[in-house]
Formats: sequence, structure tokens, C-alpha cells
Amino acid sequence: MLVTVAVNGREHTREVEPRLLLVHFLRDELGLTGTHWGCDTSNCGTCVVLMDGEPVKSCTVLAATAAGHQIRTVEGLEVDGRLDPVQQGFKEQHGLQCGFCTPGMMLTARALLDRRRGSDEPLTDTEIREAISGQICRCTGYTTIVRSIRWAAEWETQELANTQ
Amino acid sequence: MQVPAPFEYERAASVEHALTLLRQLGPDARILAGGHSLLPMMKLRLATPAYLIDIDGLADELGYIRVTTPPTPPTPPASGRPAAGAPTPEIRIGAMTRHRALLESELLASRVAIFTDAERVIADPVVRNRGTIGGALCQADPAEDLSAVCAAIGAQMVIRGLDGDRVLDMGEFHRGPYQTAVQDDELLVEIRVPLRTGSGSAYEKVDRRVGDWAVAAAGASLSLDDAGVITDAGVALAAVGMSAAGAIAAAACSPVSDQRGSAEYKRHVAGVLTTRALTRAAARAGATAMKGVPA
Repeated sequence: MLVTVAVNGREHTREVEPRLLLVHFLRDELGLTGTHWGCDTSNCGTCVVLMDGEPVKSCTVLAATAAGHQIRTVEGLEVDGRLDPVQQGFKEQHGLQCGFCTPGMMLTARALLDRRRGSDEPLTDTEIREAISGQICRCTGYTTIVRSIRWAAEWETQELANTQ
Repeated sequence: MQVPAPFEYERAASVEHALTLLRQLGPDARILAGGHSLLPMMKLRLATPAYLIDIDGLADELGYIRVTTPPTPPTPPASGRPAAGAPTPEIRIGAMTRHRALLESELLASRVAIFTDAERVIADPVVRNRGTIGGALCQADPAEDLSAVCAAIGAQMVIRGLDGDRVLDMGEFHRGPYQTAVQDDELLVEIRVPLRTGSGSAYEKVDRRVGDWAVAAAGASLSLDDAGVITDAGVALAAVGMSAAGAIAAAACSPVSDQRGSAEYKRHVAGVLTTRALTRAAARAGATAMKGVPA
């Protein structure tokens, strides 16, 4: 079947089998290998991408279902050579070691920060931990990931204050 | 690599379109809602439908949580309760309502908190972004939480076919593990939750780690009258077979030993959780009843 999926703001049309999962569509059809493929059972969360701005596990979404939705992958975080604040946070606060879980972690972080945009309440570590609780990291013990996301949140709050 | 067996794919543009496709394609067709139960089953080849009818496009039409009649009538009787024979207001939940919407619903948290309790411990936030209540109920996994929630609160299931709607109690809907009353050419479209004054509900679950299926779980719902007497109660268990409160529930359930625990342990947990859920439901019912009592 012919499917057209909008990925990082661009539409891609491919002839695929209906059973093709979104993670494989991204990696094998589009060559966007930033989305990692891990447990295949919707447990580990390394395949998380954003679907209409919300994190989903792309190993448990058909490419055919993704047609008609806006997909954002880790490749879509950086804009015009400028790292997303979440990416910058992971760099500043050493949010990764092996890097396998990192794309999924960063996209979930992006969605969390987008949802909370403009909120007067400061982002708590509990909220961050809850948001990434469907994703597994075997290196960091999560501490530096939480710190990285908090760094990005604080940076964006500061940015927002500066522009107002 | 886990790959589902080949299938033909159709997208439903409306509920009626989905029903027409179901009738055309017959028993080899399955409905794909959020996909977080069915796709894993298909990857393991435990489910091999010849056709998938994707109802992702119906997420707006069938994604809602609303009250049918105002919870407080404009001129309440002196008791603060609806007159006898007045229709019980209901919360209606569309079958494509996602777990996250259920978890974040202030209406459910304030009136039927058993949903909020259960949703906090269903899978994880990313899975909750896709999984739907209708999909969970129709999958009818024996350890599935929302079936126990709906049974405890006496919810009704609205099943639609091309010839019309059927409304079933949970007892008639849920036929056993992976079995429901939904026929091959029918679709679960809505869940109706009665809203009784002076009622409270709660859900308790033990799992091995966050987001896992239950070792055992118990849901309870209670209605109290003005004197604080229980007028109606419901208890339901998940992951331990069929149930009849605390010791009774433990004695009545039929757990099996597996990697999540022995049958003996599960029976013990079921009893403890039933007691805990009933206690919390009673506290919530009491709180609601106090609010309903004129000052």
C-alpha cells in the first residue's frame, strides 16, 4: 500500500506492506536511524517519536496509522544547525553515556517542555521522572537525564522571560 | 525482530464505515484502536487477523468524557438528592478515549476516582498516549485493569452494529479472558458510568514493577445514604480470575501460579487489596455524601 507520512515537516511517500511498523519505516525506508529500535515490545521506549507533538512508541504504531499525523524524530530537534535546548541540556549535564535511549528520552523531554510552556509552576524532578517512566536507561541511573531536562526547562524559562 | 503476519489494511472514516467494513470482511477482520494490545499480540503471532480496520481516524468522534444530565438538578429536593425514580446521571466515555485523557480528567477524579487510581498504574505515560479504553475492554486481558474498574462501578457498555445499539452490563459484556460479547460485526462505542450521590470508589493494585500487569488488583465502589448506610456496593478483581469483599473475594477468586507469583500469594494479595479498596471507596463515598448534606 502507498503511505504518505509527514516526518519533521516533510511528506514522504513509500510503497510499503501494511504490517510495516513506524520505527522500521523511519529507519529503513527514510534512513532516519536516529530513532532507535530496542525491545520491540513497547517496554523500553528507545523508539519514542512525537506524533502530533506527543510521545509514542514507534514499534507499536503502524506506518499506515502514522499517515495523516505529524511525526517528529530526533533528527527534527536541531533547527538550522542550532541544537534544541533539550539536546543542549543533555550535552551540558552529561545526560547520556552509551546514547541508546537518548533519542527517545529527548523527544519525551521536548513534549514535556512544550506542554508546560508558559506555566508559572517550576518543573519538578518528580514530573520529569514520571514523564520518562516509560523509557529505560541502563547507564546513567537517570540522575543526569533528569538534570539535563531540568537544565533545558530552566534555559527555556529564562529565554521566555528575556523575550517578554 | 517481531513482525506481524501479513494482513490487509483499511481505514475507517466513520463508525458506520467501520461497521460496514466489519460486515463485508467477516470474522477474519479485527478493529485496530490504539494498537497497544493488539499489535503486540500480532507480533507474537498470537493474533493473525486477515484484515485490520484502523479506527485511529475516529479518535475525535469517539474520544470524549461527558456528563449526560446535570449532576445537580436546578431545583433539588430538600434532601439534596434526586427524587426517587429520577434518572441517574451518567458519565459517558467514548470508546476511543485514551488512557491519558482518563487519567487527566478532573470530572472522573472528582466523581469516579477509581478511574484515576487505575490509570496511574496502567502501563506508562507513553503507552497511555495511545491506548484506549475501548481497546483495553475489548482485548479483555485477564490482568487488564479497566475491566475490573467498570465491573466494580456497574458501568454499561454500548455496542453498536449496523442494526442498532445494544447496552450490556459488564457481567454480560466480559465473557472471560480475551472474550467479550462484541460480535464480529459490532463495535464497542461507549462506556456509561452511573453517577450516584454519596458514592465513592477506589482501585488498588500490586505489580512487580511500575507499569507491569497486575499480580493482583481490586476495585471497589460504595454508595452511602444520608445515615451513612451502604446502599450499593461493587467489588471486582483483576488478574486472579472471577470474584464474588476481602476474605470472600480471596476465597472466591481463582488465581494461577505464574512468574508474577504463586496462586497462594495472589489469593492473599487479592483479599488485602479488596479490603483496602473498599476502605478507600467508603472514605470517598463519605466525603461525597458530606458535601451533599445541606449545612
